[in-house]
Formats: sequence, structure tokens, C-alpha cells
Amino acid sequence: MKFIDEYQNAELARSLARRIASHSTRRISLMEFCGGHTHAVLRHGIRQLMPDTIEMRSGPGCPVCVTATTDIDRAIALAHLPGAITATFGDIIRVPGSHSSLQQTRAEGADIRVAYSATDALAMARANPDRSVIFIAIGFETTAPTIAASIAKAREEEIDNFYVLSLLKLTPPVMRALLDLGEVKLDGIIGPGHVSVVIGARPYEFIPRDYGVACVISGFEPLDILLAIDRLVEQVESHQPRVEIAYSRGVRPEGNTSALRLMNKVFEADTANWRGIGSIPESGLKIRDRYASFDAARAFSVSPEPVREPRGCICGDVLRGVATPPQCKLFGQACTPERPVGPCMVSSEGACAAYYQFAGVESLETGS
Amino acid sequence: MSIQSSREVILLAHGSGGRLGHELVEERFLPLLTNPALDKLDDSAILEAEGRLAFTTDSYVVNPLFFPGGDIGKLSVCGTVNDLSMSGARPLYLSLSLIIEEGFPLNELDRILRSIGAACQEAEVNIVTGDTKVVGRGQADRLYITTSGIGVVPPQVDISGANASVGDKVILSGTIGEHGIAITSQREGLQFSVPVQSDCAPLNRLVARMLEASPSIHCLRDPTRGGLASTLNELARQSQVGIAVEEDRIPVREEVTAACELLGFDPLHVANEGKLVAIVGPDDADAILARMKETRYGVDAAIIGEVSNRYPGKVLMKTKLGPSRIVDMLSGELLPRIC
Repeated sequence: MKFIDEYQNAELARSLARRIASHSTRRISLMEFCGGHTHAVLRHGIRQLMPDTIEMRSGPGCPVCVTATTDIDRAIALAHLPGAITATFGDIIRVPGSHSSLQQTRAEGADIRVAYSATDALAMARANPDRSVIFIAIGFETTAPTIAASIAKAREEEIDNFYVLSLLKLTPPVMRALLDLGEVKLDGIIGPGHVSVVIGARPYEFIPRDYGVACVISGFEPLDILLAIDRLVEQVESHQPRVEIAYSRGVRPEGNTSALRLMNKVFEADTANWRGIGSIPESGLKIRDRYASFDAARAFSVSPEPVREPRGCICGDVLRGVATPPQCKLFGQACTPERPVGPCMVSSEGACAAYYQFAGVESLETGS
Repeated sequence: MSIQSSREVILLAHGSGGRLGHELVEERFLPLLTNPALDKLDDSAILEAEGRLAFTTDSYVVNPLFFPGGDIGKLSVCGTVNDLSMSGARPLYLSLSLIIEEGFPLNELDRILRSIGAACQEAEVNIVTGDTKVVGRGQADRLYITTSGIGVVPPQVDISGANASVGDKVILSGTIGEHGIAITSQREGLQFSVPVQSDCAPLNRLVARMLEASPSIHCLRDPTRGGLASTLNELARQSQVGIAVEEDRIPVREEVTAACELLGFDPLHVANEGKLVAIVGPDDADAILARMKETRYGVDAAIIGEVSNRYPGKVLMKTKLGPSRIVDMLSGELLPRIC
């Protein structure tokens, strides 16, 4: 199929894999930042095509996974408000909070609906003028502009029953935080494709400059990812780390300026709480004061019970690239997609779910 | 039957056993579903059948009731006909029970009954007994249907999910994922439309043709909820064999691939309502496949893999790029009710 088949061509993939193997001499460690990349890497069996010199680690780029337990608890508390309709993206409703999940809260009678975009949630607000519609906004720079657009639209139409709980996060600050932690020695980062469509390539320039780490922005088809790995190996081998776009059909260096303008009109950077990493300054998006009436965090005062983190779950380590999912004692045993303990097993972009669902044949042989 | 205004609706009285209930049966159900056993309107249908009987039941709560390529009526006939067919049985008789929410428009009920009649005609089965209940507003979501079915299994046929053996071929009757995508595209709040129709269809004729080619089909199953991945896993576990398929050989329509990319679904996990998976001996495979391709619902049939003794209970798929990975069952997907 047009624009999909071309990027899954087996011949080209094998020749790229051969080229990577032929010029990779040093042992290197690469992080695929995005959950979407982890998913594609495992789904297409890309790891098996890599030479032994290349180690691949998953990163924190799964919006559902990095949502802190305290924020899930807050969303659940909002859903309990009388007369409220809570709308959110699918996966988040299955993530366990301290005591419950949105899914369980829905089964107990709360009106919680899955929306595919903030625009859908805004339509719910229009259709139910006597009820408060609260959109739980998760995501990175990819989803932020459309959520900003829905808030601007609500202002324009004078809709007064639409609220957004912004749990939106920014990618460059978390990359810096991970590199500062220095827990994993990274040689290169496969940069996020969709996020970069919005923010462009420039915000990543600190990665080679300050940390000497290579960064190649990649699309999500197998050939995109193989090409990105090829470029990363080349940069590392030649000791010339830089930011490169291997996804030029989607990403321009300056990004999408009108999307950025809209995002900045409605949101401002603020400290955000990341699961497994903690609080990172300027890494989240807060609704600006001039749109405060749409901010669920300010419109409703809820006091969730004290946070209780799931025992034994190492999602935080997985998100920092310190551990792989099979290293978790709960993986595949106490924690499965049917009964997830941590968020990385919930989301289709979560590393644990991807490892669980798309395990390679080798996992049957090693029993891991 | 008189033409009804679109404002006429089902009342609680339609389910009370009184005059309105009789009118409903005689004016709406009988003309569309007529056959000698049903027309008698006795408390039970008296039926003729010889040999081993297959008996199955299923309830249908699909939302929305009407979707591209079908509706709950067609689905309720095809689903039960297909369950019988997957045992190799020739479907003969169905029961039909409806639970209707007060206020349901009569013109929509007529549309569903017409579609039930048409599906029965295509599948050559009769509705021989039925029931209708009406519940108050809010006590059901518009309309639910339960159908049960009886069929006769030909003497030499022995089909079971436990019969796959090493060396067998795995045949898929056509493109996957259309029903699930058609339903999802109609979902409330999902602003997206795709030119994909549900594949909802009765498969009994296809199965009859396959059994003509060889009565020794080992396994048959329709990959409904949970999709092809779940069906292959069920068969691998039940037979304690490994199943190895090739991604390249699994037919998927472009529109379905595109919708799946957009929604983050794997076509292997998306529901079908008019497809089957057959596991057959290697010597029978070509003849069965050729016969399938001559039928309306089997033109795109393909051999997608084979049964092996490696990794019993697991399904492996060789990806388009070459490496193999495990294909797991679907776990908790956020699709609306699809059947």
C-alpha cells in the first residue's frame, strides 16, 4: 500500500541491516526514545536483524507510561464528581492508580468515555450542556497542539462546561534529565518522529553538544528505523555526533510553526511529575492563566487519597532504560496485559506490553 | 403489511402477551420469516433430523445496531450459522429471541427482521421458534438478540480444535479485519470514516464445498472477536502443536491496513464475521483451497502457514522483514461491542 509497503520492503531492509553490520565495529548502546519505536522494533523483529555490537534500550516515550500514579488518582477523583463526564484516550483508563483505575471507576458507575481526540471531548461538551466534560489530556508535543486548539475553540464558542486536566509533557527536558542521571551509558538516541514533526530538530541540539551523544530522528516504519540506526552507527563510528533527520518526509528542522504557536498561546512550560523519574522542571504543559476557566486543575478541587505505588513494579527503571521488561519479577507472571500492575504493560506503546506481545523466538529458547 | 410511520415505537404492551404482542408476531415476524414449523405458532417446534446433531447458541449486543455491510439481524443469523458450520454441521433450524427496549422504533425493527429473513434465505436455514420481550427504558441498550441453532453433522466428518497435527496446512478463507474496522468507524465520538464494509456472511456453503473436496478437514474455526491471532492461539493450545504463519501470505485489504495504522490496531487482532481458518492434511490442502476459491466467500483464500512440532501451544509469525516473532492472543482492546 502506498506509503506503507514502501517502508516495509524486505529486500531493502535486509540490505540496510547488512550495511549496519558491516560498519558497526564498536559495542554501542542506542535508546529508542518512543514507545512507538519500541513497538515497531519488536513487531517487525528488527532486533534480530542487528549485529551483536548494537544494544537497544527502550526509553520514556510512552505518554501513558510516564503518567504518575498521583495523576491517575487525580483523574479518578475528578471522574467521581457528580454529573461529570470524563473523557480520555483509551489506554489510560486501564492504568492502575493507587486504589483503583478509571476502568474500574467506570464499572462502578462513573461516566467515563474514550475519546480519540480532544475535539471529540469538546463535542461531548456541546451535546451535554448541563454536565461538566473533563478531558484528561495526556501526551507529548504531538497531541498538545490539538488539545490547545480545542481549548481555543471552546473559548471562541463560549462553551463553559469543557475542562482539560493537562498532564501533557515535553520531550527535550526528559532527555536531558535522563542524560544527567547518567545511569545508562548511551551512544545514540533514536529521536521521536511524531513529536519532531511539531517541534522540529533544533530542540535536540544540546544532546550532541552537551553530552556527545548522537541523535537521529526516525519515522515508525521498519525502513525508517533501520535507516536511523544506520545513521547513528555511522555518527558513532566517525566520532561525529550530531542531530540528523532520517524522517524528512515528516520533519522539518524548524518544526510546524503554526502548531507551536497555538501550543504556546494556550500552554506554558511548568514542572511535571514523571513516573520513575520524578519531578522535572519545565517538562510539562500548564494551561495559561488567560484560559484558566478551562483548567480542570483549577476549576475543581479534589483531594485523592495518599499515593500507593504498585509493589515490585519496575516500570520506572524500564522507562529510564535501566532495565528491560523481562528483568522484572512480575513480567508475564503477576503482570500481564489482562491484569497489568504497571502502566508499561497497559499501553500499546509501553515497553512491557510490546515485549510481552511481540516476543521474538529467542525468548522461547532462553525462557526469558 | 401496512407501511408504518417512522414515529411508531415498541411499547411495553408489545411484550405483554396481549393483542399488541400477537400483532407484532403476525404482522411483522411471520411474513418475513415464514416456514411450516414457525407458522404453526405452537409452544415448541417439532423438527425432523437424522444423525449427529450440532447445537449452539450466541447472543448479539453489537453497537451500533446498523453498520456498513450489515446489522445486528444479519449478524445474529450468520454468527450462529457459522458456529454450526465450524463443526462441519449443515445448519437447519434456528431459534430467535429478542429483548427490546421500550421506545425502539418499529421501522428499525422491520429493517432488522428483513435482514434476518434475507440472511436465513441465503444460508438456507429456518427460524422455527422465537420469543420477544420488551423491557422498560434504560433497562436494555435498544435491542439484543439471541439465536440458537441446530445442524446435522455428516457421518464421516470429525472436526475439532484438538485435531491439528504436525505437517498440516493452515488455510485462511480471505482478507482479515473488516468487521472490526467497519464497527469501529461507526463508533460514537470517533470522527473517522473508512470505505470498509463488515464481512458478515454465512459460511455454510463454503464449508460444504470444502467438505466435498475432502471430508477429513481437521480443524475449522471462525476468527471473530480477538481476530486471527486469538483463533490460531486457541488451535495451537487445544491441539498442543506449534503454528507457524507468514505475514506476507495473510491477505489484508489496503483500507484495513491504513485504518489499523491510524488506530494503532494489529489486523491480526481485529474481528471478522465472515472468515474461517481451516487446518487440513498436507495432501488435501490444494484441493480444498481450489474449491474454496470458486466460492463467493473464499475467493481470496490462501495457505498462510503450517503446523509444526516446534514450540507447542505457540503461534509464530515470520515478519515481512524475515525474523520470526510470537503472535499472542488479544488482550483487552477498547473496541465497542462488536458482535
